[in-house]
Amino acid sequence: MTALQIIFLITAVITLGAAAMVVITRNLVHAALWLIMTFFGISVLYVLLNAGFLAVAQVVIYIGAISILMIFAIMLTRRVQQDFGPQTNAAWPWALVIAAALFGGLIWIFSGWGNFFTQAPVMGERADPLRQLGMALVSPEQYVIPFEVASVMLTAALIGAIMVAWERK
Amino acid sequence: MGDPITAISLWLDGLLAGWGLAPALIIVIKALLGVGALATAVLLVDIFLVWVERKVVARFQDRLGPNRLGPFGLIQPFADVIKLLIKEDITPVGADRIVYNLAPIMALATVLLLWAVIPLAPTVVGTDVNVGVLYIVGVGALGTLGIIMAGWASNNKYALIGAFRTVAQMVSYEVPMVIALLVPVLLARSMGINSIVNAQDSYWFILVAPIAFLLTLITSIAELGRAPFDLVEAESEIVAGFHIEYTGMKFGLFYAGELLHALTLSGIVASLFLGGWRGPGAESFPLLGIVYFFAKAFFLYWVIMWVKYSLPRIRIDQMLNLNWKFLTPLSLVVLVVTALLDKALVGVQPWVYVLVLLAANLVIAWVTLQILRSRARKERQRVAEPRPIARPPAAPVSSQGA
Repeated sequence: MTALQIIFLITAVITLGAAAMVVITRNLVHAALWLIMTFFGISVLYVLLNAGFLAVAQVVIYIGAISILMIFAIMLTRRVQQDFGPQTNAAWPWALVIAAALFGGLIWIFSGWGNFFTQAPVMGERADPLRQLGMALVSPEQYVIPFEVASVMLTAALIGAIMVAWERK
Repeated sequence: MGDPITAISLWLDGLLAGWGLAPALIIVIKALLGVGALATAVLLVDIFLVWVERKVVARFQDRLGPNRLGPFGLIQPFADVIKLLIKEDITPVGADRIVYNLAPIMALATVLLLWAVIPLAPTVVGTDVNVGVLYIVGVGALGTLGIIMAGWASNNKYALIGAFRTVAQMVSYEVPMVIALLVPVLLARSMGINSIVNAQDSYWFILVAPIAFLLTLITSIAELGRAPFDLVEAESEIVAGFHIEYTGMKFGLFYAGELLHALTLSGIVASLFLGGWRGPGAESFPLLGIVYFFAKAFFLYWVIMWVKYSLPRIRIDQMLNLNWKFLTPLSLVVLVVTALLDKALVGVQPWVYVLVLLAANLVIAWVTLQILRSRARKERQRVAEPRPIARPPAAPVSSQGA
């Protein structure tokens, strides 16, 4: 086993364990903190895949913005601490069947894939995935239209937020 | 002999290879040793920072500061540390024990994480990630998380209010900070801190982006939560904010984290705008680069302290107004102007480039000051207008004498 595989296994176990804790724990703030752990594990996986930009974007957006807003919202609500009711409802056997079927289906699809043991291509010393990503986002042959549409949408959302919050005189 | 760190690294390579270890393992061992050495060195500087902080604030307040223990009171920080270590460790009733104890560790560890990307000298670079600037922003968000955890887990209303204020401050000041940080990224054509320092070989970026430098410095102070932005821990309103319940070394970790965060952000600003380790002779003698880097970082640290001990604390509405109505629009204008001029000035002499960008920055600064002046005049008029004053009702006719 290479060092990368060992790191991957440790990260995967931690990420999956934290993800399970998000739904198991009864304390909402703890759930949010476990969720942050999960996001962090996923960003480590991005680093292992040589996608440094995605890893940092994951930390900035999911941990820095979304999780902190979530914790903020949880803190502002009442009954932050505990919920002593049952954690499942009567439909849990159906959920179990559907989850098992989905998992089996995924395993079935991936069993026919056959590329599990391909080595990742080694990136050259001069390779700069970040620059390539930036060029791809603004080049007309690639993703300039989705990129611009997303920008316009975000601007519209920003203006909308200002309009909603505007003080009517 | 000017490059002992590379020499040590080569010596370790030879030694470990001589023991018959695999090359991959040698890289891992060297990385671990490097992390340990850098973190230890930074924390040793942190102990010294306590002394610097106390000495400089004393000078600002016309006092002498610690001067009894050792020469110039240099042993004082060790006495402080011993005091913190032997204090009683109190956990408040109803606190969330795990999160409560994790929070101070988060607060200090996230600061240490920042040192991973700061180039200390041409050959002393923790790791040269190509998204360094974004990494700094991301780790800053993790630091916010530590403060929220402390505020929530303490089971104290003041601590929670402090945490809320922190979130409001950090989330809003991240916007102008990121936009201002884009200016050196744009000038260097790279997001890696190391590439940004390398791009400043002919001129420092403070010459072409002085406003972005000031914006970064102001937003850094806001992110630190230091005065005038220290309403996070305003003593007169919420006692001490998020760290109100912490005693002993746990409080010490927050305190050390804050001091080290100030030096770290000074170092980052120095790297982005003041050329980092650059200085005469730094390329041939990398140790000299470390000296230059820390000289610049400590100069900015001193500026931050100067601001902290000179300005009064601002209110939360002033804090938000300053951010959204002043810093954010200004940073957007600076970014757009810099981008346009940079594109228009392709292929000119470097001194023309520097002069035009400097002039553009000065024009922006002048226009900003004019706008501020007219706003201030209006505000003064508004304040000077007669306001309805509550008067006591006329005293009822008394019939005491009857």
